[in-house]
Amino acid sequence: MIRPSPAAASSTRRDFLKTAGSATAVALTIGFEWLGPPRRAMAAVGSPAVFAPNAFLRVGADGSVTVIAKHVEMGQGAHTGIATVLAEELDADWKQVRVESAPANAKLYANLAFGTMQGTGGSSAMANSWSQLREAGAKGRAMLLAAAAQEWKVPVSDLTVDKGVVYHAGSKRQAAFGALASRAAALPVPDNVTLKDPQDFKLIGHQCPRLDVPSKVDGSAQFTLDVALPGMLVALLKRPPLFGATVKSFDPNAASAVPGVVKVVQVPRGVAVVAKSFWAAKQGRDALSVDWDDSHAEKRSTSQMMNEYRQLAERPAASALKVGDAAAAIKSATHTVAASYEFPYLAHAPMEPLDAVVKLTAGSCEIWAGDQFQTVDQGNAAKAAGLEPQQVSIHTLFAGGSFGRRANVGSDYIVEAVSIAKAYGADGTPIKLQWTREDDIHGGLYRPMYFHKLEAGLNERKELVGWRHVIVGQSIMAGGLFEVMVKDGIDPTSVEGASTIAYKIPNIDVELSTTKNAVPVLWWRVVGSSHTTFAVEAFIDEVAHAAGKDPFAFRRDLLEHEPRMKAVLELAADKAGWNNGPMPKGKGRGIAVGEAFKTFVAQVAEVSVDDRGRVTVDRVVCAVDCGIPINPDVIAAQMEGGIGFGLGAVMYSAITLQDGRVEQDNFNSYRVLRMNEMPKIEVHIIPSGEAPTGVGEPGVAPIGPAVANAIFAATGTRVHVLPFPKSNQV
Amino acid sequence: MSTSFELNGVSTTLDADPAMPLLWAIREVAGLHGTKFGCGMALCGACTVHVSGKPVRSCVMPLSAVAGKQVTTIEGLQSKQAKAVQEAWILLQVPQCGYCQSGQVMSATALLESNAEPTDADIDGAMSGNICRCATYTRIRAAIHAAAQSIKA
Repeated sequence: MIRPSPAAASSTRRDFLKTAGSATAVALTIGFEWLGPPRRAMAAVGSPAVFAPNAFLRVGADGSVTVIAKHVEMGQGAHTGIATVLAEELDADWKQVRVESAPANAKLYANLAFGTMQGTGGSSAMANSWSQLREAGAKGRAMLLAAAAQEWKVPVSDLTVDKGVVYHAGSKRQAAFGALASRAAALPVPDNVTLKDPQDFKLIGHQCPRLDVPSKVDGSAQFTLDVALPGMLVALLKRPPLFGATVKSFDPNAASAVPGVVKVVQVPRGVAVVAKSFWAAKQGRDALSVDWDDSHAEKRSTSQMMNEYRQLAERPAASALKVGDAAAAIKSATHTVAASYEFPYLAHAPMEPLDAVVKLTAGSCEIWAGDQFQTVDQGNAAKAAGLEPQQVSIHTLFAGGSFGRRANVGSDYIVEAVSIAKAYGADGTPIKLQWTREDDIHGGLYRPMYFHKLEAGLNERKELVGWRHVIVGQSIMAGGLFEVMVKDGIDPTSVEGASTIAYKIPNIDVELSTTKNAVPVLWWRVVGSSHTTFAVEAFIDEVAHAAGKDPFAFRRDLLEHEPRMKAVLELAADKAGWNNGPMPKGKGRGIAVGEAFKTFVAQVAEVSVDDRGRVTVDRVVCAVDCGIPINPDVIAAQMEGGIGFGLGAVMYSAITLQDGRVEQDNFNSYRVLRMNEMPKIEVHIIPSGEAPTGVGEPGVAPIGPAVANAIFAATGTRVHVLPFPKSNQV
Repeated sequence: MSTSFELNGVSTTLDADPAMPLLWAIREVAGLHGTKFGCGMALCGACTVHVSGKPVRSCVMPLSAVAGKQVTTIEGLQSKQAKAVQEAWILLQVPQCGYCQSGQVMSATALLESNAEPTDADIDGAMSGNICRCATYTRIRAAIHAAAQSIKA
């Protein structure tokens, strides 16, 4: 029997999250009581369920099985995955399974990969829930069996369970979970349970339809945008046009004169117009005039910052990885290769612009949001409201995308909403803060801009003997709750994917020069690997070419000691027909591989480049190893979506600043991938008995370099600046 | 000021600023929440509804422009094409975050109502105005083809 360990994030990431979690717990000191053992099963408060053996499961008298999800559903399929794992060990009927979001309660619902804080990120939902939810389901099953055995006066060992029904073959008796629930609720919760042999899985590894799909097809799914409470008002916030600017003064008169505007209030982040409708709030904000103090604001342009980054790459920096003596190896090499890569700021641009509803009184703060960082948000909301964290409750709703944006240490959009409710009067009036798309594109917390400089040396046998990689850019974790994770000048999220390079190279130097400016930055889907994997995989391709070797074979030969990475590389190459001979003129094939959050992904991209240089990505073949595949179709969907997300970014997306002002406003100037630009995609999943790891992010990383390498194969031209040049765009 | 039109087959009079975008009239005045706000500039398609059977971006259409017309939202879809699209969306497990999908379903339904067997190029033409940040595009394409086939069968 497999008894996997719950930990599954990459080592730097895991350590960071654990430490960060502890720091958070200390900082927020949330006081919730454990249900200490020995304990009896109890019905959850306010629930019609009769059997709730633990914090994750409720069984109703009608046989309904409600799984309590501690992770937000933002598209990644976490609700369905969580329910699959618990329902598997419970032997529930999938048709009876539903999911409910957990309340904010770090004691019960901490992300075990984060330590003691509740939240979703780092592709950790399934990895950290795996053992916990299997045990929760198995305990429920054991108690339902015990209830049947007690009622029928037969040994438990004579009973079987299938699809939510307990059977006793000898007496031909059967009972559905619902009929056994109240008796089971009176039984003690067992301390130990035996988990299933994976060979006996009926749901895990099979096709459980996503539980959220029907409501997302008929328009009934509830997002924060859809929250409508009696007397609710809508607020739009006017924020400074430059990062770091503040309100000097404002004139509320024109805004107040707009019909439907109720109040204009100043808050730390700007001036809010509170109105009876979105349209009134929008017109009010358009009419509002604010004078800004920009004496401390960022006024540089991104082109100027990138120039500074290029110069910094020539100076000594902090060491993120040192193996042997790379400088000496490159100096004495018979052949050297050098390249640099430039990465822009990127906005997350989830389809649902940020929004939160807050109902604030003198003693309570109730929040509705597609909340990704419950414990942090609870603490920040409490601080903004002048309350204790336990006075803050959070209703986590479906998030209309996030890609990391809704998980930030300042809880920006939550704090704004609470601040507005407080300035409004904290009288219990529900207020919905709504961001517009322009607010989102201008709003900061971008994936940082980076400059990468790489050098490699080959010996006379064309073997790679030295690798030097310098990264220049802002730190995501410096200056906030996660500052403790920055050690010896290294923010692990700036270098992961580069400092964890898998290729066997005898001499490696990875260095980081951390820059400071007032543009707020944040993790963006697949975090550090969103740029490091591009740099490593584009450069290793250049090195393979310099060595006169096939780019697939060159990588494979350097991965003999990394069997899982090698296996995805080989599978992707095989399924793509890598060795089936050259592509026709104007077409090219490129390959890339990476590991993120302990999930291994390789992709082969096929591109066409027309005689004007315009690039079309025709086909992508993807191989993934994420341990035991829980929901194969969700894994495939996450790879497809990750490829589309990553492809749009490398081909089109950039946030640029001119004299401190963001030059993009909406989807016309911040270009993302559209239907006509989506390639055909095939996903192949490696069968595995390893503990499950995440799939929400890792598919994003290899697509950029795979396409860049394919463009080289088709044209002989390398891509060194992202996004791709306009001349490549169709 | 009020505007009268047919909303999902029901005669409706909304008392609102005639310049208010149809999107917000549908959402905040009529109280139908399936139609989503994504960009406010007809750039993403999340707000797509049908006006007199044609897909339009309700975020830039003033309420006054639909006076006397038939407006259909995701809540009011009835046609066999709409049902086929929704069934195919479930069969092929299209949605991820789901926020753009009302708009995707509305655009796909309008496509099939005017073109029984769209080609890939037809799908590109009809659907490229609907952004999906989860990039569910391969499944949307497959689901439109599947819906077309199911209607034909």
